[in-house]
Amino acid sequence: MMSIIKRAVKTWLLMELFRGLMLTGKYLFKKKITVEYPEERTPLSPRFRGLHALRRYASGEERCIACKLCEVVCPALAITIESEERDDGTRRTTRYDIDMTKCIYCGFCQEACPVDAIVETQVFEFASETRAELYYTKDMLLKVGERYESEIAANIAADERYR
Amino acid sequence: MSWLDTAITAGIWALEVLAIAIPVALSVAYITYAERRVIGWMQIRKGCNRVGWAGLLQPIADGLKLFLKETIIPTTANKFLFVAAPVMSLLPVLVAFAVVPFGETTLGGLWKVAHVMAISNLNIGVLYVMAISSLGIYGILMAGWASNSKYAFLGAIRATCQMVSYEIAMGFAIVCVLMLAGSLNLAEIVRAQSGGFWHWYFIPLFPVFLVYFISGVAETNRSPFDLTEGESEIVAGFFVEYSGMWFATFSLAEYGAMILISLITSIMFLGGWHAPFPFLDVIPGTVWLLGKTAFLIFMFIWFRATFPRYRYDQLMRLGWKVFLPVTLAWIAVIGISIYTPVLSDIIGFWRPGST
Repeated sequence: MMSIIKRAVKTWLLMELFRGLMLTGKYLFKKKITVEYPEERTPLSPRFRGLHALRRYASGEERCIACKLCEVVCPALAITIESEERDDGTRRTTRYDIDMTKCIYCGFCQEACPVDAIVETQVFEFASETRAELYYTKDMLLKVGERYESEIAANIAADERYR
Repeated sequence: MSWLDTAITAGIWALEVLAIAIPVALSVAYITYAERRVIGWMQIRKGCNRVGWAGLLQPIADGLKLFLKETIIPTTANKFLFVAAPVMSLLPVLVAFAVVPFGETTLGGLWKVAHVMAISNLNIGVLYVMAISSLGIYGILMAGWASNSKYAFLGAIRATCQMVSYEIAMGFAIVCVLMLAGSLNLAEIVRAQSGGFWHWYFIPLFPVFLVYFISGVAETNRSPFDLTEGESEIVAGFFVEYSGMWFATFSLAEYGAMILISLITSIMFLGGWHAPFPFLDVIPGTVWLLGKTAFLIFMFIWFRATFPRYRYDQLMRLGWKVFLPVTLAWIAVIGISIYTPVLSDIIGFWRPGST
């Protein structure tokens, strides 16, 4: 009996509605968590998987040995590699293309790479106006690698102990 | 009366109409802005703050965008009704503002007697508002039916059922006010509440006040009663086929109706242009009226940020099995109180001319 009366009072005084209103009313004055993107940014993990880069050794020699493990592991079939023997007898790529419109940024290529040649950088602002510009050739990937080498090395070093 | 008098009278009328229509259109624009900001804050976001200082030019940009967009008329739609429907839903809202009294003024002592600031101070103002605002259903019904789309049609059916159901509760709620005020003139209803907030009608008519305001939310198809739009089920309801300026006309009508309902609620239950305490009368009455209206509009937005949408059968149950009996019961309570010796003294406090 008491519970019925209690429930009736609760219903007819709109208790639950007012509690709901109080909650949203409280949130009205809370600190806002919006990150205003172009000016403010959230921190990125060293493992962040963004634009790809091909790295070189300190000597300037490119790391990639054209083992094609990345091409095989790529679930989106975004990587195309052609290779031949160079004059000094080493195997090198003649073509290394990544189609960024196909890529799903899973990071398998950098995990598969035995020489840390293909890596994903923290760059994510590489939008373009045409699809053709998103087709990255070997030269472009090497250039990305040259440009961000210090960051890439730092990120790999930061992640080293968890590998 | 010469032609000059006629011209002057017509000119003054035109000015009066503009003096209400333009602020209404502007406040509609800025209510959309306020809604986005407030709902954003309640969701611990910042809301739109990019266009202009603190985002204040956002509604202008939105309006411009909608104005420049193409209006697509579906090939299977009934062209005439499709185009007429948005006008039909906006027109009653704007026309209803004609009888709303915005305050009393002596024009700085120019007039001996205070005049009511309304385009037309109708003696049957309440009836007029009820009649005109009911016409808004036709716009929605026409839009849904003329679109020749199943979502629009379902939305129109829902809107019609909902608005018809809640209109009745609203009508009975108004009857309670009329029993206390003894007049159908909106200005007279406000005058009957003069004195201070303890004279306002929301005190003796508290349940009816709640019923009226909630029905008003349902009447304007606002959340949590926005089944007519129901984006999760019927996309956008009755205006799913509309785009560009005709779409904007519908939102103009919706927000205009929100302002109207808030104004009428403050006039009938919250003392209109009267200050809550007599010593606050130095602040002009219009400011008080608009302040109360702004508060009620904030409530609309607050509801939208808080409550989930009603299920359709719950909506109908609330309208017919809760609101209607509550208002009828309160009519009986007020009626009996007026004719019972001891109670009539209590209720007489709120009835002008009874003591």
